[in-house]
Amino acid sequence: MIEVNSLSKKYGNHLAVDNVSFSIKKGEVVGFLGPNGAGKSTIMNIMTGYLSLTAGSVSIDEFDIMENPEEAKKRIGYLPEIPPLYTDMTVKEYLYFMYDLKKVNFPKKPHIEEIMRLVKIDNVSGRLIKNLSKGYRQRVGIAQALVGNPDLLILDEPTVGLDPKQIIEIRNLIARLGKNHTIILSSHILSEIQEVCERIIIINSGKIIADDTAENLSKNLSKDHSLSLRVMGTETEIYKILNSVPGIKELRYAGSKEEGTVDYILEPKENCDIRAAVSERLAERKKTILSLSSNEMTLEQIFLRLTDAADKGTQLLTQQGAAVKATEEPEENKETNKAPKVKIDLESGEATLGEETDAEEEYKKEEN
Amino acid sequence: MSAIFKREFKSYFTSPLGYVYLAIFLFFEGYFFVNLFGYGSPNNEIIFPSLSTVIVLVTPVLTMRLLSEERRQKIDQALLTAPVSVSGIVLGKFLASFAVYALALSPVVLFELIVTLLSSPNWLIFLNAWLGAMLIGAALIAIGMFISALTESPIISCILTLIAFLLLMVLPSLASLAGVQWVTDAATKIAFVNLFSSFTTSIFSVVDVIFLLSVVAVFVFLSIRAVERRRWA
Repeated sequence: MIEVNSLSKKYGNHLAVDNVSFSIKKGEVVGFLGPNGAGKSTIMNIMTGYLSLTAGSVSIDEFDIMENPEEAKKRIGYLPEIPPLYTDMTVKEYLYFMYDLKKVNFPKKPHIEEIMRLVKIDNVSGRLIKNLSKGYRQRVGIAQALVGNPDLLILDEPTVGLDPKQIIEIRNLIARLGKNHTIILSSHILSEIQEVCERIIIINSGKIIADDTAENLSKNLSKDHSLSLRVMGTETEIYKILNSVPGIKELRYAGSKEEGTVDYILEPKENCDIRAAVSERLAERKKTILSLSSNEMTLEQIFLRLTDAADKGTQLLTQQGAAVKATEEPEENKETNKAPKVKIDLESGEATLGEETDAEEEYKKEEN
Repeated sequence: MSAIFKREFKSYFTSPLGYVYLAIFLFFEGYFFVNLFGYGSPNNEIIFPSLSTVIVLVTPVLTMRLLSEERRQKIDQALLTAPVSVSGIVLGKFLASFAVYALALSPVVLFELIVTLLSSPNWLIFLNAWLGAMLIGAALIAIGMFISALTESPIISCILTLIAFLLLMVLPSLASLAGVQWVTDAATKIAFVNLFSSFTTSIFSVVDVIFLLSVVAVFVFLSIRAVERRRWA
């Protein structure tokens, strides 16, 4: 349905979109995710023919947007970031105008009425757009995109500036539309994308840095299947107990957040469920577990990790929000069941690799 | 194009702008007609040259929003991503603006009909003057529309258009300061705003008609280019 090849856009010397390529099949619901200024809107504006491109090509149903713009545009319904509404018109007048502008062939009145019912604006059809609330204006914006029933809907941040109830309504509407339209949706709100889209394209600084399903992104990028543990006891004794549990690849001390307790992050070996073993071993030694939770990366963390890594090349974020230098550990450390060599200073959020923790040193002393 | 035309024409009358524009014309046309009528003159065509200053001063208001306002409010995204050509959009807007101008001059035709009931005015000369006024107005609107495509602010567009129109009016006097005959002649030819009176005296001037139509075509074309150029910014 959509083919974007090596798309680039320059504003003067600034490269806003840098060699972006992707293709979208009919019926897919794809999310463009990226921080503000990443180039999402620029890509959408080029795809809809509003902006020109500096290099590359965009085709919709095999019609090139630069060479055959009218045919390509017929297949697109576009909701820009700011809904393009004539505020001096009533909702109905405006939709009739869009109908005439798009030279739609369906019977006019039933078509517009059906759209108004679908996006739930039929109750305000006679009101001037300037008197409508932001939520209604957004819906009128979606309605104009639906005029002519185009196969492809491009929605640029459709829920921005809405209240939570309206956000849920618009999201449900998009989910409904997704059943019989191809949709491209942009947002910097991850939960929105996660909820509505099957496939996610993460964009940062004009480049695609990831393109996959939400599930795969979380699976592939979140190699961190670690567990967070809070247990009553001292750093040394808990370290000692945990270190005797089989199946733990890495053991990191994460400070003490409550009095008389210590926090550890446990990294199991591949395909190894250590929860029962950890719990049993601590129970044997009469140590009370206050919490034990899985640290699966949320989409939010994946996003931050990707965009940060793209920006700085070195930083990634852990569940605790502490920045860990993302230098990969030496291969040999990964293979062996060595004690961790990470020290996280939760006060400053800084972490360093390669230094032995106090617990480790003490443990070694005890063993000797 | 017709959708744009309809929407644009209507928009003049969803705000006071269109009404104020028409009211100003109606007032001055009525004033000039009453004066002529009082003297018992059947020469209604003289109203057009008398109106020229009003046309120059008020028409920038008609064109100031044409291509600037939508760009400022980003409504142009709806138009430029719809399956219509840029030329269709620009022509639709030009014709809507011109239609309001034509509407503003229409009472003079009515006055001519009234005079016809009482006397026998020369309709040929009247129609010639009317055609001239229409063409001069179209040329002014095309220039105003082009200026509105260059800025996002209707106010700046209005001021720049007014300056351009006034310059057109005084161009011959400015050129005569140079003291070179051919410069003065050229400036007089270019200053088409001053053609109002020549259309009332001379019989149908093909050269003038072609010149004015060319001005319209050039500035409509430039407006289309200016809108297209934004995409390449």
